[in-house]
Amino acid sequence: MKEKLLELKNLSAGYNETKIIHDISLFINEGEIVALMGPNGAGKSTILKAIFGLIEHTGHVLYEGEKILSTPESLVKMGVAYVPQGRRVFNNLTVEENLEIGGFSLNNKAECSRRVHHLMNLFPALHAKRIEYAGSLSGGQQQLLSIARGLMTSPKLLLLDEPTLGLSPKIVKEIFQTIKTINQDQKIAVIVVEHNLHSLLPITDRAYVLAHGQIVASDSGPAIAKSDILERVFMGKI
Amino acid sequence: MEYIFHIIILISIYGILALAQNLVMGEAGLLAISGAAFYGIGAYVAAIFATKLGLSIITTLFIAPIIAGLIALVIGASFARFRDDYFMLATLGFLMIFNTVTKNWEILTNGSYGIPGIPKPQIFGFIFSTPLSFVFLSLFLLIIVTIVSELIKRSSFGRALNAIREDEDALKIFGYQTSRYKLMIFTIGAALSALGGVLFASYITFIDPNLFTVNESILLWAMIVVGGMGQTRGVLLGALLLIIIPEMLRFVGFPTEVVGLMRQCIYGLLLVFFMLYRPKGILGIYKL
Repeated sequence: MKEKLLELKNLSAGYNETKIIHDISLFINEGEIVALMGPNGAGKSTILKAIFGLIEHTGHVLYEGEKILSTPESLVKMGVAYVPQGRRVFNNLTVEENLEIGGFSLNNKAECSRRVHHLMNLFPALHAKRIEYAGSLSGGQQQLLSIARGLMTSPKLLLLDEPTLGLSPKIVKEIFQTIKTINQDQKIAVIVVEHNLHSLLPITDRAYVLAHGQIVASDSGPAIAKSDILERVFMGKI
Repeated sequence: MEYIFHIIILISIYGILALAQNLVMGEAGLLAISGAAFYGIGAYVAAIFATKLGLSIITTLFIAPIIAGLIALVIGASFARFRDDYFMLATLGFLMIFNTVTKNWEILTNGSYGIPGIPKPQIFGFIFSTPLSFVFLSLFLLIIVTIVSELIKRSSFGRALNAIREDEDALKIFGYQTSRYKLMIFTIGAALSALGGVLFASYITFIDPNLFTVNESILLWAMIVVGGMGQTRGVLLGALLLIIIPEMLRFVGFPTEVVGLMRQCIYGLLLVFFMLYRPKGILGIYKL
């Protein structure tokens, strides 16, 4: 029986006075891939930002059964990594330097170098570009770098926000394959916010469907794919 | 020959000041306009401690950076939360306060009359009284500041500063407390600027509040923008060019008083030119 790794209880959050998500309760077990789906403005990315303490929220975030104070510093130390939308690599730093930045909380130079070496093996495309500036990489390579940077601290939970945004179908397939490999080989749980539903659902264990800042359905990936919930949500019927 | 020594000394002093400013502006991307204030604090500390307390200038080379650093630490603690133009306005406010204090705290600063008779540096009985000896002292300090600047640039601290310049929010995701980094580099920049201030005060032997206005901060910005932001070589080249170019006007027949007035116009024109046609500067790789 898998243990609950992260649980949200009645989470509400937004920007300034505007609430985007209302009373969200969800969970992810150890080693699972969970998808957050829904149309633009449904609040998917806001959930990830609230978990990671990047925006103010009410309600509770429980990690390994205990209530936690969500701040990036504390979450990184607990084993949560966040890969933001838009890749956000540091263009004027090399691939290797970007990874070292990701390993900041390791606070150990030797361990940081070991992790860089390990990730270079895991992502051969990055190994070939290790001393090149991140700004010179293609969109797909930058996304791999962004994911690899998130893995520098050997997290237990990876929060991925739109990892395939703006990428070609071939690269999208590779990114999802990478996510599945990371999940299976390293037993890292993944919460992924994504628009490419048909590519994502086959690799997810469970999915939550959101509309207007609330969860309107949750089930296994294949069950969600078979139902008409996504069609109704995206057509604005809910 | 003395004129050439004078130019080398000015290039060294402004090289120190521009490198200090570059750490804050070029490496961390903080648009600080307070460079002249910390330069002035260094000069006033040297002048006050040397003329009123009889301390040697060499001693003030250690004291001034500490005092400037402490002041930067205190004000920087509140400035570190600001970004971009807010940070620039806050640092401009600090420069204005510094100018007002130096003009009006007459007991300490002698107000607008300034402080004359600042002694030359002296160590083990040797006085740096000749222009040539001052050239060696100023170049020595420039080399030290250049080494410090390069060490910071190549360290993990320097990388974090570069990342702050590019995307501060993205850096926070990895657990960095970016305000601490900004405060640290602001303090280091202030301390190094003060070093340039001490050198300047003991070289010119007279200071007054008009020497440390916003014009000086703009000159430091111009040196960085022209030479190339975030590049040590570029910043030094910027200092070299912006000291030499106005001096060249003397040789094409402009009278000294016109050269003084033209100086600010040249700095302004160069800033506009580089912003329009080469925003990365001569040797730079980053835009402002």
